[in-house]
Amino acid sequence: MKRLRDLLRQAWRILNSPSRHYSLMFLTLGGFIAGLVFWGAFNTILEEANGEPFCTSCHEMQDNVFAELKRTIHYSNRSGVRATCPDCHVPHQWTNKIARKMQASKEVWGKVFGTINTREKFLAKRRELAGHEWARLKANDSLECRNCHDYAAMDITRQSPRAGAIHERNLLTGDKTCIDCHKGIAHQLPDMAGVPQG
Amino acid sequence: MKPISIVAVGFALIAGLLLGRGCAPKPPAATPSLSSGSVAVPPKLQLTPSLDAMRRGADLLTEPVALPLARVENADIKRARSYPMQPPTIPHAIDGYQIDQNANRCMLCHSQANAADFQAPPVSVTHYMDRDGQVLAEISPRRYFCEQCHIVQTDAVPLVASRFVGVDGILAAPAAAGRAE
Repeated sequence: MKRLRDLLRQAWRILNSPSRHYSLMFLTLGGFIAGLVFWGAFNTILEEANGEPFCTSCHEMQDNVFAELKRTIHYSNRSGVRATCPDCHVPHQWTNKIARKMQASKEVWGKVFGTINTREKFLAKRRELAGHEWARLKANDSLECRNCHDYAAMDITRQSPRAGAIHERNLLTGDKTCIDCHKGIAHQLPDMAGVPQG
Repeated sequence: MKPISIVAVGFALIAGLLLGRGCAPKPPAATPSLSSGSVAVPPKLQLTPSLDAMRRGADLLTEPVALPLARVENADIKRARSYPMQPPTIPHAIDGYQIDQNANRCMLCHSQANAADFQAPPVSVTHYMDRDGQVLAEISPRRYFCEQCHIVQTDAVPLVASRFVGVDGILAAPAAAGRAE
């Protein structure tokens, strides 16, 4: 214990005393450049880990949820706009994105210990996993939907009559949010017994 | 590898042509005998001279151009039923609706509980009955798969015409005939 305290005190003395060999310019500029390199590398790796190729690099995603996404309108449609995994599942704002990335460490745990490494395990856990996403979208008022589907930009008259009327009655008034009705649009639904819908 | 496959394809083509030429005269010989037989088909019902509606009259060696994909009618206007007890047709698109043991997308709006929220016609109470007439809380398993009876309509031109006359048409026909006489 005493040795540890001595070690810490010594380290603090080195940090606290002025530099003996390096110039002030070297230290400031070097620090600045090192900071740039660190920040660039951090963001590059962050973005690398925030794309469809990374998400679908494990078979859990590739064989289950990604295979289901491929059949939906968010993957292939008339206008050629594709929503990839992070568009819906990772917040776009930096602070929230980092918070979500820290939560994702739980998913690393799941990957390491094979929580859903077979189709059967995935199906058994599907209701719980879907519940997390529904709760997240319900709590943030379907923010990830609204990143693209902005109500202000939505032309109700171009929708089918029933869709327009329902959106006007429920979405405009703020009674409901997207996920209340639009569950299971990009992936298959789990057993919905007991899940309030609409 | 490549020259061999080209030769093989060439052989297949030549063989196909020879066979096709051998067979081609036969169908025209068979067709008149059918149409001139006892089966009296009103000429206006025949869309094409061919009996095969799928090929739309193209002969065996020509590839008919595919028809454009039909679009599902999505106008939300209820259609008249052709006969009593006819399951109503679906007046909107149902692309990507999940109906399996986990979820039933149709029942999101058409269940008795949710119909008012979505202003959708609720399924009738018969759909909640099992075969013994017991009314269940959820839709009856024997009525679960909506598309067994209810289907969307497209703008496709029918390949085969229909001579179906509804009960109103049948009732009206003798009356009209009586009036004409």
